[in-house]
Amino acid sequence: MSELELEDRERFEQLVLPYVDAAFNLARWLLRGRSDAEDVAQEALLRACRFFRGFHGGDARAWLLQIVRNTCYTWLEKNRPMELSAEFDEEIHLQACATPETLAIARDNRERLILALETLPPRFREVLVLRELEGCSYKEIAAITSLPIGTVMSSLSRARRQLHFALANPTQKGAAREV
Amino acid sequence: MKCDFADSLLQGYFDGELSDRRAAEFERHLGHCDHCATELVDLDWLSGTLQLTQIYEPAPASLRRTINTHLHPIAPTRAASQPLLWQWLTAAAALLFIAFVLWRVSPEPRSDDYQAELADEIVDAHLRSLRPGHMTEIASNDERVVKGWFDAKLKFALPVRDFARAGFALNGGRLDVVEGRMVAVLVYEHNGRPINVFVWPTRESDTSPHTGSRQGFQWVDWRKDKMEFCAVSDAAPADLEQLHQLIHSSV
Repeated sequence: MSELELEDRERFEQLVLPYVDAAFNLARWLLRGRSDAEDVAQEALLRACRFFRGFHGGDARAWLLQIVRNTCYTWLEKNRPMELSAEFDEEIHLQACATPETLAIARDNRERLILALETLPPRFREVLVLRELEGCSYKEIAAITSLPIGTVMSSLSRARRQLHFALANPTQKGAAREV
Repeated sequence: MKCDFADSLLQGYFDGELSDRRAAEFERHLGHCDHCATELVDLDWLSGTLQLTQIYEPAPASLRRTINTHLHPIAPTRAASQPLLWQWLTAAAALLFIAFVLWRVSPEPRSDDYQAELADEIVDAHLRSLRPGHMTEIASNDERVVKGWFDAKLKFALPVRDFARAGFALNGGRLDVVEGRMVAVLVYEHNGRPINVFVWPTRESDTSPHTGSRQGFQWVDWRKDKMEFCAVSDAAPADLEQLHQLIHSSV
């Protein structure tokens, strides 16, 4: 890495590299696919290398995930702007949301869960992934997403409600609860 | 039956975000509220489902390899380098000489790289801000209101001026992230087009404005009095230049 001095490189390896999984996981759920996620996570990590001198301590995971999130949103803006423009349009969203029918087609519970998660709007999906899969606190999520903490809480609450509805819908309840 | 108590405390309790006192208060309530008890079971079930199905996606080995290769570029092996030591030294000396000459000729050899990198970041941030609801966190054309909002959040004093009379109306501001650091953004409107002015403190000396365009957006970047400013918009370059003049002469 030509841009980083040896000392910085060692610090980068110690502080940032432990969160490569976290970076990939967030990208995977924001972009809804492994191969796009690998490209974008890679771009984000290389950015993190370049900007590492600007990182003056603090929470390295939050710092990295913030860069990953921004890189993902920029990528979505360029490649799938429709996904973001529908973000705040609840009516459109509810129609596109996972229904018991689409979920019934899913082969197993894991597939059903992935489908339900992927059909959440991006903002709901990211707070849910950061909380449930990454174990971030509200404060950390607010720092990563640049959302006010109140918005983090309300988004998380609604994300959970929607996901629960999709999974534990009466027609699906029995199957979903076997997970 | 719906429970108001539940909405305000239930989730924070579940996520371990409540203070001990609040948590104890909620637990007392939980003892006699079926609604909250059911909701708590649901939250736990959902969380358990997400954990049990193992949907956390670890990074593929190829991603780790790419990053490692980037951090450790392949060095020439000893066997190959030793017989060629003198050639290497000669080449290195020649390169050093060229680098020295280049350094003498252009006093800021990294400036273009920096500008290109910065422009990428700024244009990306500008694009993100164009999504509905992402432009301003404080929407106001009152200099004092906007400044007050920033002063509570920033460690540096941000100059906030409205130039509505000159055709650049202050619309508000927000915090954003550029090159991994927190920056202030002042949002102006000119002929119906939004202009983002990114501002952050710098240790570098003043510069005259650098301009450029990327993906159809114009940007102008300059430093004055230990502050760096970068304005970006799809407005005409002359408009950005005018805004630069207005800000430059006001700070």
